[in-house]
Amino acid sequence: MVQAINDGLRSIMKEDESVLVMGEDVGPKGGVFLATENLTKEFGEDRCFDTPLSEDGIIGVGIGMAMNGMKPVCEIQFQDFIFPAFDQIVSEAAKMRYRSGGQYTVPMTIRTPYGGGIRGGLYHSQSGEAYFAHTPGLKVVIPSTPYDAKGLLIASINDPDPVLFMEPKALYRAFRQEVPEGVYEVELSKTREVTPGGDVAVFCYGAMVPVCTEAAKRVKESRNKDVRVVDLRTLMPLDEESVLQAARDCGRVVIVHEAPRFCGYGAELSALIAEHAIETIEAPIKRVAGFDTPFPNTLENYYLPDARRVLDAIEEVLDF
Amino acid sequence: MPDIRVLDKKGVTLRKAMREDGSALLKSFKGEVPNDETLMSIYKAMLCTRVMDDRMLKLQRQGRVAFVGTSTGQEAAIHASAAAFGKDDWIYSALREGGVTIQRGMPIQEYVAHMFGNAEDSAKGRQMPNHFQCAEVNFPSWSSVLGTQLPHAVGTALAMKARGEKNVVLAYTGDGATSSCGFHSAMNFAAVGNAPVVFVIIDNGWAISVPSSKQTASSSFGAKAKAYGMPGIDVDGNDAVAVFDAVQEAAKRARAGGGPSLVALRSYRMGGHSSSDDPTRYRDDEEVKYWSQRDPLLRMESFLTKKGLLSEAQRQELSTALVDEIKAAIDHAEQVGDPELESLVTDVYAVPPKHLTRQVIDALRIVAEQGDAERMQGKFPL
Repeated sequence: MVQAINDGLRSIMKEDESVLVMGEDVGPKGGVFLATENLTKEFGEDRCFDTPLSEDGIIGVGIGMAMNGMKPVCEIQFQDFIFPAFDQIVSEAAKMRYRSGGQYTVPMTIRTPYGGGIRGGLYHSQSGEAYFAHTPGLKVVIPSTPYDAKGLLIASINDPDPVLFMEPKALYRAFRQEVPEGVYEVELSKTREVTPGGDVAVFCYGAMVPVCTEAAKRVKESRNKDVRVVDLRTLMPLDEESVLQAARDCGRVVIVHEAPRFCGYGAELSALIAEHAIETIEAPIKRVAGFDTPFPNTLENYYLPDARRVLDAIEEVLDF
Repeated sequence: MPDIRVLDKKGVTLRKAMREDGSALLKSFKGEVPNDETLMSIYKAMLCTRVMDDRMLKLQRQGRVAFVGTSTGQEAAIHASAAAFGKDDWIYSALREGGVTIQRGMPIQEYVAHMFGNAEDSAKGRQMPNHFQCAEVNFPSWSSVLGTQLPHAVGTALAMKARGEKNVVLAYTGDGATSSCGFHSAMNFAAVGNAPVVFVIIDNGWAISVPSSKQTASSSFGAKAKAYGMPGIDVDGNDAVAVFDAVQEAAKRARAGGGPSLVALRSYRMGGHSSSDDPTRYRDDEEVKYWSQRDPLLRMESFLTKKGLLSEAQRQELSTALVDEIKAAIDHAEQVGDPELESLVTDVYAVPPKHLTRQVIDALRIVAEQGDAERMQGKFPL
């Protein structure tokens, strides 16, 4: 996936001179995960450059560039480091179009690796998507495959509004997939059906997609039940119709995310389904999530939802 | 004499151009005096802001506008600094520089529409009063969080530089926001990136009720530039000629590729923080009296009169014309209604997502069934 992201950046930078990349260590080093490898070499220091260690500066400066005709792609090295820039993202980027009555806009993309699975402990593992999906004016996008990563990233960069593009670092090098050369887009706010099925709908995104797919496989083997795994891909604005359709078709729903359960993204999804599709729901909507604790180091494999825990929840809704 | 804020602080040399009574230039001044046309345009902008603030404060007292933050006492700092920038340059403002929109060509009608937050407000009634903006004159609005606009100014300057343009950016801040992370990030990014930006601190002595002496232990605000690696200067902010000279010099440097500068203008906030603040609770009357004897508008009038550019009759004429134009704008603004309810969900995104459309349809249905929502009676506290 990380190569697809690198390829996506290179492809769009070739095509559009207003796209530039900035962040900590994105220059000659190519980023700590090598997502920006060789971009400075290829496009020069004006198009891909290292910044001071200042997250609110990176985003604030990116906003000013975006207001003045550029399409900056700002990297926040780990999503855990984004909070110094929270104000710039939430109060400035997200509100600029609204507060100016459309006079000023911020076509900026913020790329940031999120989630666990690399033994990163408290500050290299968090999943903060709910903070941002709660912010009107911001789009939140999370890919789960190399193909989607490239296509969604290019769509985010070309989008006229600010996009937080959260990359599941656990999947950076998890599996290989061929991606088309050059520029292509995967449409934002459209879910992807990962596995077909009509018995249980499992909603997930990012690194939880392969986890849920594995759980679906086990349910098929053990019970011959078909689980529809739905990759949300864009959390805000959500493809509500597809979510509600899957919930109605299956009548049983499990929602999976790494982030803590309380006020997590699953709470909104659960409420949405309860408000609009309650008449078709045959079992309590189950959430499988991280613990309501800070992110642990040594025991992260117990903190993170895995196929066992997802399977447990699927069985529970099937047995209800 | 009580311990009050005065113009000259021990150990700090302010750049000055004219005598405190405006009667003549100081012999020591070797800088650039603006040409007559520029001097008069600065003066007219200063006068407009003074007249506008007086009128708006009265409207607020009558309950006709909700909130006003005045610029009284800071007009030279505001308008002489803005005069150093051309129409293609960008200006990022803080709380009290809204009058610069008019100085740069925005119609008075638009200014007043924003104060009322009505259907003709370019912000569509979404912001509190005093958050002016106008894309046509390259003037984005500040955010109430303070200091956040400073990194934006640097980003815009770097974008201009990347495209090889000769335009530059002016970034205003007050003394209070020099303590914010936005100030630090912006100063640092600007200097490292050699951004064509001029930071102007208008040090008016007070951040609501906190004196500027409690914002920094630096010897002066201009001194802050040194650690960032850019030139910094402290200026008598009530001296329009000195302000123009110092800011113009910094703008020229930026335009020539010389990078950012910091200009600190020492001035005074004559009024409260806003229409709902009572400054007698925290500051000495002696201090206000001291600064009222250093009114930048009277000083400028005296300077222009001595130069033969302004007569009492002309001053009256200008003032009356402004009062009339503002009155007409207010009369009109009061006839314009609120923005349409539908505008509640536009401009959140380029295209409203379905959930927003659903929300506004629901709101319209409730209006149809149960009538309009009651206007909130709460008053803003600051």
